[in-house]
Amino acid sequence: MILQAPRYTQQSMVDPAGPKAAMVDHFWHFLIITASIVTAVVFITLLIALFKRRRPVEPQEPAVHRSLTRWVSASAAMTLVIIVVFLVLDFRLGRAIATVPAQTPLRVNVIGHQWWWEFQYPDTVPSNWISTANELHIPVGRPVLLNMSSPDVIHSFWVPNLSGKKDLIPGHATETWIEADSAGVYRGQCAEFCGLQHAKMALLVIADPPAKFNQWLTASRAPADEPGDSTAKAGKQVFLTAGCSVCHAIAGTNAGATVGPNLTHFGSRLSIAAASLPNNRGNLGGWVLDPQRIKPGAMMPPNGLEPDQLNAIIAYLEGLK
Amino acid sequence: MSATLRAEPILEPALDVELDRVWRGRSGFIGWLCSTDHKSIAKRYIATALVFFLLAGLEAATMRAQLSRPENGVLGPDTYNQFFTMHGTTMMFLFAVPVMIGVGLYLTPLLVGTRNVAFPRANAMGYWVYLIGGILIYSGFFVNSGPDAGWFAYVPLSGPEFSPGKRVDIWAQMITFTEIAALIAAVVIITTAFKMRAPGMSLNRIPVMVWSSVVMSFMIIFAMPAVATASLFLAMDRLISTHFFNPAEGGDALLWQHLFWFFGHPEVYIMFLPGTGIISALLPSFTRRKVFGYPALVLSIIATGFIAFALWVHHMFATPLPQLGQSFFTAASALVAIPNGVQIFCWIATIWTGRPIFRTPLLFTIGSIIIFVIGGMTGVMIASIPFDLQVHDTYFIVAHFHYVILGGVVFPLFAGIYYWFPKVTGRMLSETAGKWNFWLMFIGVHTTFFPMHQLGMEGMPRRVYTYLEGTGWGDLNAVASLGALIIFSSVVVFLGNVVWSLRHGAIAGSNPWDSEGLEWATTSPPPSYNFANVPVVGGRAPLWESGDELPVMTGLARDRQQVLVTTALDAEPDSRHDHPGHTIWPFIVAVTIGIFFITLIFTPWGMPIGTVLGFAAYARYIWPKKNHDPSIVELPRSVPQSEVPR
Repeated sequence: MILQAPRYTQQSMVDPAGPKAAMVDHFWHFLIITASIVTAVVFITLLIALFKRRRPVEPQEPAVHRSLTRWVSASAAMTLVIIVVFLVLDFRLGRAIATVPAQTPLRVNVIGHQWWWEFQYPDTVPSNWISTANELHIPVGRPVLLNMSSPDVIHSFWVPNLSGKKDLIPGHATETWIEADSAGVYRGQCAEFCGLQHAKMALLVIADPPAKFNQWLTASRAPADEPGDSTAKAGKQVFLTAGCSVCHAIAGTNAGATVGPNLTHFGSRLSIAAASLPNNRGNLGGWVLDPQRIKPGAMMPPNGLEPDQLNAIIAYLEGLK
Repeated sequence: MSATLRAEPILEPALDVELDRVWRGRSGFIGWLCSTDHKSIAKRYIATALVFFLLAGLEAATMRAQLSRPENGVLGPDTYNQFFTMHGTTMMFLFAVPVMIGVGLYLTPLLVGTRNVAFPRANAMGYWVYLIGGILIYSGFFVNSGPDAGWFAYVPLSGPEFSPGKRVDIWAQMITFTEIAALIAAVVIITTAFKMRAPGMSLNRIPVMVWSSVVMSFMIIFAMPAVATASLFLAMDRLISTHFFNPAEGGDALLWQHLFWFFGHPEVYIMFLPGTGIISALLPSFTRRKVFGYPALVLSIIATGFIAFALWVHHMFATPLPQLGQSFFTAASALVAIPNGVQIFCWIATIWTGRPIFRTPLLFTIGSIIIFVIGGMTGVMIASIPFDLQVHDTYFIVAHFHYVILGGVVFPLFAGIYYWFPKVTGRMLSETAGKWNFWLMFIGVHTTFFPMHQLGMEGMPRRVYTYLEGTGWGDLNAVASLGALIIFSSVVVFLGNVVWSLRHGAIAGSNPWDSEGLEWATTSPPPSYNFANVPVVGGRAPLWESGDELPVMTGLARDRQQVLVTTALDAEPDSRHDHPGHTIWPFIVAVTIGIFFITLIFTPWGMPIGTVLGFAAYARYIWPKKNHDPSIVELPRSVPQSEVPR
């Protein structure tokens, strides 16, 4: 299970791994403490009101009425004070998390598709442009500016341990930033209902020390390795002729379609099906044969491959390190 | 100050019989279709809304079964999406608003001391339109054509490209039906409350319950046009290929969100304000004192009504809107806590100086306050943009708004049902079953929804049909599903209680709780004409203030349906107005409206056919009667109250 991978951190907004989530987590402590106190005061007052011993008072008596008026007014004033404090703290925090830190950020394009994530690492040299899917590699300690768009419906990018949400809206370019303090694998999930497989539109953020990240970046710019053994060679032929290349691209081959995820370095990914399954032979075989059994409604059709064709294509794809 | 139990209103036998002959409609099925009695219409609203409440509850229970463990197989993604869309749509459009409209329509004329609502025919038509809308969407659902784009139906997902088929069309037309019904009811309630009050019930004596219905109605009038526009644009995008929401052709997906939430947020307060009115109405009976802070309560309700229209962007914090502009909505969202806080403080002050009587209505009231306060706390939290961006569209929000709606709508509604059931049916609900009902529901609500706060903070998004094993969400989801079972059992107890009490409940008498309001000054159930003579009011708690005999005025016709019209501010007698009586035509007009919109889903011919039929039916509906009596008879203005004949 991908979610039990060694470096994997359980999804949670109160277990922050970056400055943005940490600031919100800090604010959450203020919120929950204040709210608990207010709630406790209200409940205790209510309970006393219900169960206190009664003296025969005449509620319409002016003195009683005046005293009640004072208490209700004081409570309303106290509510106002708490809310003003809340607003001041909130506006300060809002400004802090909206500002991208001064360092030069890494820029990544995030494109939401039904139902997977595309991440593009733009570069001035066109051949260095990388497109990958569902796994966002970032360097630790450097802010990453995400330019987001969607060609189909509204999605929302959210990785709780790192940052709150930002919607990806057709016709609107949006942006947000994230930063990780420590290396690790952080899971996120689409947060805006986007159709049949909204539930299985997840992503992994893989934060590495800068050197390791740069290594990954360089390796990802290279075209796919030529398959070594004969099975994988046969797999490449299956890939190019059985219809896979209608949607998928593999750099260094004739497959260049951009409908589905780019598979150039597929073998080095941790997961398949938008971070829904670990990337291993069994899962990959099941997915290639019939994605509809794993993600009903997914855009990828079932493929009627013969067993040897299936073996070959798995060998080829797993070899694309 | 406690009043003695009032004697039944004094009736001259002849008056009784005469009035009943004039006001009671024909019996039988046709007579049932013809009725324009506000009590019949309101009872239908409430019963229909409760049926939808049960359906939506069953949908929720099925969803909880699906989510009780990871990768479960009770519902697939397609059915799950239909289920959660139907649950939200039903609860908002077919249960919460209509049931509060029903309560308002039943009580307003009784609370203000008149014989029927204003515009009784339109009132009947509104119910039929609502019923047709509900039947339409459930017909679609039962043939696997239920809407599946969420109750909020965000474009482009709900647009023609990503939601082919008729599912969303059926949804959009259902919205139209409920809009028409709600707008009619709003006009009816406002007019009744402002022009048909008993003499002496000046603005500052209107019961809080009536104020809350009035503010609800004004909010409906201002909020519904936004969603009417939105659903019309959506229907046009889908049916005749306009491009209001299509970015590729210059449309804008965010336009939908603005229009929808400009309606959608006030909608929350449209449901919730009558709930607060119910609490203010029944607290005096169970604390044996008048509710504390009448002006503060009324002003809070009105203030909430205004602020509710300045909150809609807090549903859109994750969209690309200017930061500074969003901050305004944060401030407004947090400030709405103040009027709502004031209401709660006034209720606690009432209990503090009263003598609480722990009957079921009071239990539900206490439950309501506790649950609503928790929902209110999380409500202020999510007014914060940075915090909301973390929990937006997660189970934290699901927890938040279920706390608010259960505390602000469902618990007050149950309190109100236990309180007014004797008035409506003449029999008391069982107290023992009522206490079971309360405790099961109270425990069930916390078991179901409290863990959801944690789930949301752990990253579980809303509207997911399943989740992976390794997410760690399984245990809390199992607890939540168990809670759903407890809530379900409490609803079963409630239904059993209603069925049993209708036959075997203790006979209520006219004022079983020794209450203060005018609705208790007539028999239980009230006669077809509500009051034999129009009561005259001298204070806010008429039955507690007037001693043993409630003053009345006479002078309304006995041979036709006639009501008294009073001035808006001081409720001085102004004129007498003849009502059209019972008629089949509201039903027929509603059917033609149904034909118009339902046919449109399938063919543009719905437009001409529906228009011709509709106008023909409406012409007959408004056709003047032959021996038409000039229906408005002027009374001399400013009759001093002492001179009003009693």
